[in-house]
Amino acid sequence: MMRLFPLIFLLLAGAAQAAEFGTLQVEKSAIAFVSRQMNVPVDGVFRKFSALIVLDPARPEAGRAQIDIDLASIDAGSAEANDEVKGKSWFNVREFPKASFSSSSVRSLGGGRFETSGRMSIKGKTLEVRAPFTLRQEKGALIVDGSFPLKRLDYGIGSGIWSDTSVVADEVQIKFHFVLTPVSK
Amino acid sequence: MIPVRYTQTAIALHWLTALLVVAAFPLGVYMADLALSPLKLKLISYHKWLGVTVFLLILLRLAWRVSHVPPPLPDSMPLWQRHAANGLHLLLYLLLFAIPLTGWLMSSAKGFQTVYLGVLPLPDLIGKDKALGDVLRQVHEMLNMTLLVLLLAHVAAALKHHFIERDGILARMLPFLERGDSK
Repeated sequence: MMRLFPLIFLLLAGAAQAAEFGTLQVEKSAIAFVSRQMNVPVDGVFRKFSALIVLDPARPEAGRAQIDIDLASIDAGSAEANDEVKGKSWFNVREFPKASFSSSSVRSLGGGRFETSGRMSIKGKTLEVRAPFTLRQEKGALIVDGSFPLKRLDYGIGSGIWSDTSVVADEVQIKFHFVLTPVSK
Repeated sequence: MIPVRYTQTAIALHWLTALLVVAAFPLGVYMADLALSPLKLKLISYHKWLGVTVFLLILLRLAWRVSHVPPPLPDSMPLWQRHAANGLHLLLYLLLFAIPLTGWLMSSAKGFQTVYLGVLPLPDLIGKDKALGDVLRQVHEMLNMTLLVLLLAHVAAALKHHFIERDGILARMLPFLERGDSK
């Protein structure tokens, strides 16, 4: 019996390792957002980003993520909006080309739902954020879906005349969809 | 009995439409060339709300028109003028229906839903399609230029009937003109 333990341990460790997902399928993944202009929901996306995510569905609490978004790749819904939001009063992409999220913990919310906490840095400001997400496995891939509200004025996004939240709402819904395949060895 | 003037409902709907069109038209021309700003976003929304209201009014007016007989034109009017007047009215109804509709479709194609008065979202009848949005914008503008020309003809004809022919046609739509004018 005692001799079996190392063997079981090895098997478990092997199984756990095999179940770790960490290769991002960039083409199938997306970081999108919904802003509200005059109470009209407007869809937008960030076309370029990188994400280092390591998640084991058997132990999501051990998961970690480092996400970097290329802010100049924004599509805010129209050509003139895209020009505008890259400018100084919005993202100021020349000075701050990237936004990043770095996870510090993952906890279970029950019912297949999880929440990651971490630090979000945009435009030189770093704040603690929490983002709930779900996990599901499909065709050998792990799919991470979640969304959370972000207050744009907390980061000084859309200052000056644009700080009028009756025109562009403070709250922007961020949505993420990551498709991960197992870590290749 | 043949009515001598439009009903109060028809008169109210006519002048309300006129007021809203007179507000929405220059607003549309002005906002279109503004650089992106909070003011522009506000004006676009107000313009859309005016347009939706015109659309609702024109549906009511079409319902009124098919359920009522409009007051007759005076016998003094030559036949070609009757045809011209009826044709012009038909075109105005069509444009006042088509213009808000193209505006609505154009908004959807450009990816900006119409939310009436900031509370009531109108369904997007078509999906986001930039090329289609640009075409619809041109159609919207072209129809509006046509409307402008036809409205000038409409107003000119009404004034001509009132001041030159003095045949009381304008009083069908402006009852207070009837005073002192009774036969």
